[in-house]
Amino acid sequence: MSASTELVTEISPLRPERWPLWMGQIAAIMRLEVRKNFLGKRAVLIYLLAAVPVLLMAALSAEISWQASRSNNVGEINIVFANLYEGLILRTIVFFGCAWIFMNLFRGEVVDRSLHYYFLAALRREVLVGGKYLSGLVASLVLFGLSTAGSLLFLSMGLSSAGAGASGGIKGQAAAYLGITALGCIGYGAAFLVIGLFFRNPIIPALLIYGWEFINFLLPPVLKKISIIHYLHSLSPVPVPEGPFAMVAEPTPAYLSIPGLLIVTAIVLALASYRIRRMEIMYGGE
Amino acid sequence: MNNKPKDHEIVFEDVSKFYGEILGVNRVSLVIEPGITSLVGPNGSGKTTLMNLMTGLIKPTRGHIRMLGLNPDHPEIFFRQIGYCSQFDSFPRALTGFQFIQSYLRVHGYTTKDSQDMAWKALHRVDLLEAAHLKIGAYSKGMRQRVRLAQSIAHEPAVMILDEPLNGLDPMARAETIRLFRQLASEGLHLIISSHILHEVDMMSDRVILLNNGYVVAEGEIHGVRSEMEEHPMQILIRCDRPGLLAARVFEQDSVVEAKIHKDRQGLFIKTRDADAFYLLLNNIVVDEKLSVESIAPVDDNLNAVYQYLIGGGEAA
Repeated sequence: MSASTELVTEISPLRPERWPLWMGQIAAIMRLEVRKNFLGKRAVLIYLLAAVPVLLMAALSAEISWQASRSNNVGEINIVFANLYEGLILRTIVFFGCAWIFMNLFRGEVVDRSLHYYFLAALRREVLVGGKYLSGLVASLVLFGLSTAGSLLFLSMGLSSAGAGASGGIKGQAAAYLGITALGCIGYGAAFLVIGLFFRNPIIPALLIYGWEFINFLLPPVLKKISIIHYLHSLSPVPVPEGPFAMVAEPTPAYLSIPGLLIVTAIVLALASYRIRRMEIMYGGE
Repeated sequence: MNNKPKDHEIVFEDVSKFYGEILGVNRVSLVIEPGITSLVGPNGSGKTTLMNLMTGLIKPTRGHIRMLGLNPDHPEIFFRQIGYCSQFDSFPRALTGFQFIQSYLRVHGYTTKDSQDMAWKALHRVDLLEAAHLKIGAYSKGMRQRVRLAQSIAHEPAVMILDEPLNGLDPMARAETIRLFRQLASEGLHLIISSHILHEVDMMSDRVILLNNGYVVAEGEIHGVRSEMEEHPMQILIRCDRPGLLAARVFEQDSVVEAKIHKDRQGLFIKTRDADAFYLLLNNIVVDEKLSVESIAPVDDNLNAVYQYLIGGGEAA
């Protein structure tokens, strides 16, 4: 052990074990960040965004009930909801919500000129990335999970009022929809976190990704797989027969798409860690 | 000779920092010992750049920096030893002073109990206990300055880097803060302080580093720096009963370049290139001529004069 390391140990009685220390630091970061994500001024927009599908489904609940009782075609309503889920919740609310939350994790602190407090702590920057990412994940999972659950609840209520058995299918699909929302937060979250680190103005790259994800159904099969939406789409509990959200001919099975998405997320976070180790604080130049 | 940096030193080896084509600092080589070292220079001279380089917030374009044998690429070790009170007057939103300090101590890795104790201790040191549970957003400028100072010292670092730490403080708080700095320096800490209030720097510093346009123009103990400035002879005022006689005798020494009798005819201004030799000569003259001397005071042996000569480009005193 070098003299300087001995000095460190003498002066600073920090916990020596690495993993418990890192876990403690991540928890400390999350306490600070979750508070910001839920209570900060920037959170208002996310609350409004997350409320949109719930309010929409609440408004449509009576219409769903009437349609279900009239035609007794629950399958058609499920397809309508699947389209609504993918088009509104997944591709719009989760996508832009995650963009806002995760890009602001670092970029927001640069704008607020408070990132240096983390950079001046006895904290590995990789641990900072981990803590920030997890705090963003908590915020997005809670908000968009509740948004998805609320939408399903109103759909289920609409179907229930038409007939006791009609809502059974929705309840069975709820876990799948919530799981897709969670995976969407995981995947998009990592992507937007890294964009926020690499780009001074992350809006343009975010819109480019949106465009890429949106035209995914038009792409050849090989290119389709270079996207997050492809894997999420493959997990849809209700196959959509036609339109931009139609089920692909050969969807990636869940046992590949879920680990694949998680591996890509890990790679993207490793890229973020590489970037942040070299990052300098120059607020004036931002 | 052993050139290896010692573990109690801050060492800059030929460090340069460029922001694109704009010069931050250039070819800085320094060895800083424990004690209070002040960075002095006009706005844009490179003081903050030097501090940001020390703390790894920015990386040198060229050269190496070692802080107590450590470097910021290992923050988990480095920042246990380094505390930085920056000039950025910004804070995480919606936190009280206590929460701010305690939260970042938790980020350092301290336990809840330790972080609370250390936060209280730091707030006590900067006399901010009463405002501990107020939101920082409600603090005055002086209180925000003090809470930043408390945050930077809370983990008890061995090196404290303080960018304009006296800004915004009232005279009482300034005196208290300077006393705190002196106390910390006496405990063997490094304090690197930037300030442009020269008389306060003069009062509290063990040594100074003068910067101008990104270059170190002088460094060392203030009087040492002053005595090396041969192009600016030292000015000394001797209050005595017969300044005319004294003026006639001082030119016995070649190093005396000017003598001017004070307008009240009770004193003599001397300019000399060798102050030590002059004081010896003065002793002899006083004894030989039985002069009655009221006071002997160097007029420009202070930081203000050094600053004016080296950076201000004007005459001191």
